Amino acid sequence: MRALSLSRWLRGAARARSTGPGRARPAPGPSQKVTVDVLDHLEHLALVDFRDSEGVERLQKAIQFADQLHEVNTDGVEPMDSVLEDRCLYLREDDVTEGNCTKELLKNAREKVEEYFVAPPGNIPLPKLEERETYLQSS
Amino acid sequence: MLRASLREVSAALKEGHVTPTELCQRCLALIKSTKFLNAYITVAEETALKQAEESEKRYRTGQPVGVLDGIPIAVKDNFSTAGIETTCASEMLKGYIPPYSATVVQKLLDQGAVLLGKTNLDEFAMGSGSTDGVFGPVRNPWSYSRQYKEKSVPKSHPEDEDSNWVITGGSSGGSAAAVSSFTCFAALGSDTGGSTRNPAAHCGVVGLKPTYGLISRHGLIPLVNSMDVPGILTRCVDDAAVVLGSLAGHDPKDSTTIQDNFKPFELPNLTDVSKLSIGIPKEYHAPGLSSEILALWSKAADLFKNAGANVIEVSLPHTRYSIVCYHVLCTAEVASNMARFDGLEYGHRSDMSKSTESMYAATRREGFNHVVRGRILSGNYFLLKQNYENYFVKAQKVRRLIANDFMKVFRSGVDILLTPTTLSDAVPYIEFIKEDNRTRSAQDDILTQAANMAGLPAISVPTALSERGLPVGLQFIGRSFQEKQLLTVAKWFEKQVKFPMIQLEEVKRHDHGVFQHQKSASFS
Repeated sequence: MRALSLSRWLRGAARARSTGPGRARPAPGPSQKVTVDVLDHLEHLALVDFRDSEGVERLQKAIQFADQLHEVNTDGVEPMDSVLEDRCLYLREDDVTEGNCTKELLKNAREKVEEYFVAPPGNIPLPKLEERETYLQSS
Repeated sequence: MLRASLREVSAALKEGHVTPTELCQRCLALIKSTKFLNAYITVAEETALKQAEESEKRYRTGQPVGVLDGIPIAVKDNFSTAGIETTCASEMLKGYIPPYSATVVQKLLDQGAVLLGKTNLDEFAMGSGSTDGVFGPVRNPWSYSRQYKEKSVPKSHPEDEDSNWVITGGSSGGSAAAVSSFTCFAALGSDTGGSTRNPAAHCGVVGLKPTYGLISRHGLIPLVNSMDVPGILTRCVDDAAVVLGSLAGHDPKDSTTIQDNFKPFELPNLTDVSKLSIGIPKEYHAPGLSSEILALWSKAADLFKNAGANVIEVSLPHTRYSIVCYHVLCTAEVASNMARFDGLEYGHRSDMSKSTESMYAATRREGFNHVVRGRILSGNYFLLKQNYENYFVKAQKVRRLIANDFMKVFRSGVDILLTPTTLSDAVPYIEFIKEDNRTRSAQDDILTQAANMAGLPAISVPTALSERGLPVGLQFIGRSFQEKQLLTVAKWFEKQVKFPMIQLEEVKRHDHGVFQHQKSASFS
């Protein structure tokens, strides 16, 4: 099955990296093996596809790059959401002060009916890996 | 006169030496003849001339709105401009005409500025070369300068002349090229990881990144909400202060703008720097920093020392992790921000109509280039439940450490930090594209993006020409909301180094000067 050959390729790459001459293979960390399941899950979440092997490589490299973060000791450090965390940001009163711009907003939509944006039928999940036309399926 | 500074030309308008329509027409003509730079995506000729005419009426009745009245400006194409196509250099937004203008654009228009057009950038401001947009790469005007040609183009290969052009840096390359080639007097860029300062350094113009929270982001198509700021590109530091004065301040439409009262300021002419403490962060001597830039950096430090300032070496220990931290936080926020592009309400929409999800997937497949797609997928990976703590939250913690590094240094009495802006001068396009976008961004943003992490103001000032005849800039980083001090020091520095003016053939042809600029002895 074609889906398997990609995971074999991924595992092969990880194996090639972690094996030394005659030594026991160390357990690959979470970054070294991005499973096809995770890749498929990402394509579903992001609704963006990995186009080709370069796309998958790019993700692998990005994860490797990000792993450097684990070298930093962050014990007792609070995560920082915003540099303005010490300030009270402006919140306006909950009063309607603008709107009535339906025509302008609809101008940019391609498919519309009266004052509605028209979408194709919902509640239909993206086809499964085997049925989709995605790089992850082919080898 | 196109080579004058914003303040000079504003004075000329006031005194009637030139009219706004004349100025506008000259700029438009120059844009046409420098089309090969590919700095502009959209040139709003009609609306610009109309704005110029109205400005002229105001000048005639002696009632100009302010210093910016009648001044031609350009805006990066990720700022929404009502009635003018805004594409972010992406297929996703080709043909998109926003129904509103960004606050900063509106502010400039309210001050009477003449909007010439929208400038080119990397797709969705992701990149450090302005090479990855759908409208093609932007060429650095210095590639065609006499200074570069004399030093770099071997005379025996005239065919190579066209392929030898260098990049502008990014992602606000179009804006930097527009200001550098004299087609406008100021331009708006955006700065998330150095996107205003990097091209400013490569194009020999001033690039200011204000403090996060000072200038409204309403209407700026967001990349990283917690780090984006609108950036200002001008020919000199005084001009940057003028533009900052008209843009800064609380905007009720952007709740991340602080509510403190902002008073526009004029920069004093600093003569005594002995009370200044300049910090030189040793970690900014990054691997890959060219020896030329290292030498210029030392020279600049000596310049301050010899003038009596207290120049000390400081340490920002987490500097080497800032690029990694940025990588994670940026991709995570990008993954979230790009989710709005689904084809339903605006932008590109695929013909696929089997289901909502497949339509979204196809639209995004067709609309985004590989850079954007790559960042969305990486970002989604870091945000997965199993990775959230280890990557996203971890990066947020490292961000605090980086911000704290700066706080510690400023608390110890340092006023301003002096660092290089880029690792080297602009590279030729054919060299640049040998590495992929992510690698390049990781390399080129290293010196600039820590300031975005900490939200601090920073400015790149053109310092000298490299051995290849290309501009090199140095960066000053200041304390939060202390733009006046930052710009005052930058102005003093600018005066000392006397960066040479670019010698461009096209401009000479268009410019029947009211002003004559002499090339003075330069810093290098």
